[in-house]
Amino acid sequence: MWKMIVSELTQAMQELARGFAHILPRIIVVVIMALVGWAVAYFLKVILRSLLRLIKFDKLSENAGASQLLTKASLPSATDLLCRFVFWVAWLGFILLGVRVLGIVGLQEQIAKFFLFLPRLFVALLIMFFGLLLATFLSRAALLAAVNANSPSPRLLSVSVRTIIIIFVLSMAFEELGVAEQTVLVAFGVAFGALMLGLAIAFGTGGKELAQQFLEKRFGQERKDEGKEDELSPL
Amino acid sequence: MAEESFLTDDFLDQLISVGEVDILVGVPTHNNAKTIGSIVETIQAGILTFFPRDRAAIINADGGSRDGTRQLVVSAAIGDAQSSSKLYALRTLRSISTEYASSPASGTALRTILAAAELLRAKACAVISPESTQVTADWLAALLRPVYAETFDLVLPTYRRHRFDGILLTNLLYPMTRAVYGLRIREPYALEFAFSGRLGSQFLAENAWHGETARAGSEMQFTLAAIAGGYRICQSFLGAKEHVGRRSADLVPALRQTVGALFSSLEPNFSVWNTRTGSQPIPTTGAKQEFSLEPLRVKRKGLREMFSTGVAELESVFQSILSPSTLAELQRIAGLEEASFCYSAELWVKTVYEFAAAYHKSVISRDHIIQALAPLFRGRAFTFLMENRNGSAADVEDNIEALCLEFERMKPYLLKIWNGRE
Repeated sequence: MWKMIVSELTQAMQELARGFAHILPRIIVVVIMALVGWAVAYFLKVILRSLLRLIKFDKLSENAGASQLLTKASLPSATDLLCRFVFWVAWLGFILLGVRVLGIVGLQEQIAKFFLFLPRLFVALLIMFFGLLLATFLSRAALLAAVNANSPSPRLLSVSVRTIIIIFVLSMAFEELGVAEQTVLVAFGVAFGALMLGLAIAFGTGGKELAQQFLEKRFGQERKDEGKEDELSPL
Repeated sequence: MAEESFLTDDFLDQLISVGEVDILVGVPTHNNAKTIGSIVETIQAGILTFFPRDRAAIINADGGSRDGTRQLVVSAAIGDAQSSSKLYALRTLRSISTEYASSPASGTALRTILAAAELLRAKACAVISPESTQVTADWLAALLRPVYAETFDLVLPTYRRHRFDGILLTNLLYPMTRAVYGLRIREPYALEFAFSGRLGSQFLAENAWHGETARAGSEMQFTLAAIAGGYRICQSFLGAKEHVGRRSADLVPALRQTVGALFSSLEPNFSVWNTRTGSQPIPTTGAKQEFSLEPLRVKRKGLREMFSTGVAELESVFQSILSPSTLAELQRIAGLEEASFCYSAELWVKTVYEFAAAYHKSVISRDHIIQALAPLFRGRAFTFLMENRNGSAADVEDNIEALCLEFERMKPYLLKIWNGRE
């Protein structure tokens, strides 16, 4: 009896040792992959940081209005954020490659899905960044043009332009990520439609006065011209 | 002759048939049928009167006129000028017209004239604006003689203007060009000027003829290139200039083609201007500048209102361009009543220099920086009108001189913020 117990225990220990001997090299591979991955990720981070500083990415981000958003959210600068993102994606990529060696059932499929998702995430981030850049540029252009044309409510016009573009960009980014595509599409349609309806009602309600102002301005101008009031030549 | 490539074959053929000339007069046009006939006749009369023994040609660079401007230039026969002025040419005087594009672009028009001048090996060239209805034959002599007979490279005009005409010139372009480059040039942006073949060829070869330069602002760049290149520059008094040429609505395009050109010149010419202090007068024939004082009804109130609206609405834009102290001061004066409103010379100079530094650093789109200056300029224009509403010509001149000295005094501030963080 005692002999049997000892034999079973020995066999179990041997199997455990065999299993350990079987898994240990794989764990070592994972650790090595993690270490190499950390080094590669760190190297990529340093290279990317230098590159982004060279192209003055922070200034570009400031122009896009992204820096202000990041500051409000108590997040690091755009350069720092992008570098950290690349570092973690690269390191995680290496670790997951290492984990594949462990041969855990079902994990490989998830890892493959993760790697397939990465390009889409990157494209979505790019869409967001350049969309924000475009929204800031066009809303500022609208604001300046409205102020210099002495139009009523320049800021409203500028905010409307910005909002429309951001809604459009967000819907594009979510579509790229494949997150609730139908919901996003419907939400975009509803938001865009509501905005247009709001603008239509606003113009409809205020249209009478605006038309009156326009005509007054027009005829007033003609009257002033008749009165020979000169406009100054800047040059 | 790389410049041949953008000229049409027909135009090149016509230039070849002319051969070489001593004097060339360029007239850039776009739908100027109302005035072009008389201007070409005046130019012909000027050449016949003052340069009868010299080979001359008139080159019309047209930006797609649809009113027969080009036909009028070509058909303006020398005989008309001869019979009206009883003058006779000893040489052939040719008028050539070419359409450089289907829409106007002053930069391309100037490029066409410069290329023609180079191909014809002209010794002296003048450019006359088709909108200058008060042009006389004497203008030709005043512009061309210093180049032709006195070896100057660039002759810029001075005019008799209404005291409130050209406020952008008197409040920004003249004082800032003077302070930065150290030369007292009254009209750095000129539509009538003359230049030597040497300067023309140099500018033609070195200027980047694309983008915004091709569309507008090349006249200002031409002057700045001559200053930076150390060419001999002088001024000639031409006479009266109409006081209502452009509407105030044209302010933003005017800022683009003048202030934009001035600001963009600062970067490549930094080594030229950073060590210069004070300013020097340049040789001037005739009056430095004259002011007429006839009454003029001006929309002053609108200027101040647009300034106040601009300061309030563009706060987020100004935060990127101006220092906090300058912006705070602008916001303070924007709230003042009309009677107590004053956009002081010191604050104006500080504003302009901070805009120049922001333009250099591209803190936002450069075109947006120029556009953002428009409402602030209106505020300064209002103060200028108020300060000089009862002033004599001497008072106006004194005020402009004081502003120029303020620009010169504060030049170290421009240098300080040029590369600094302030």
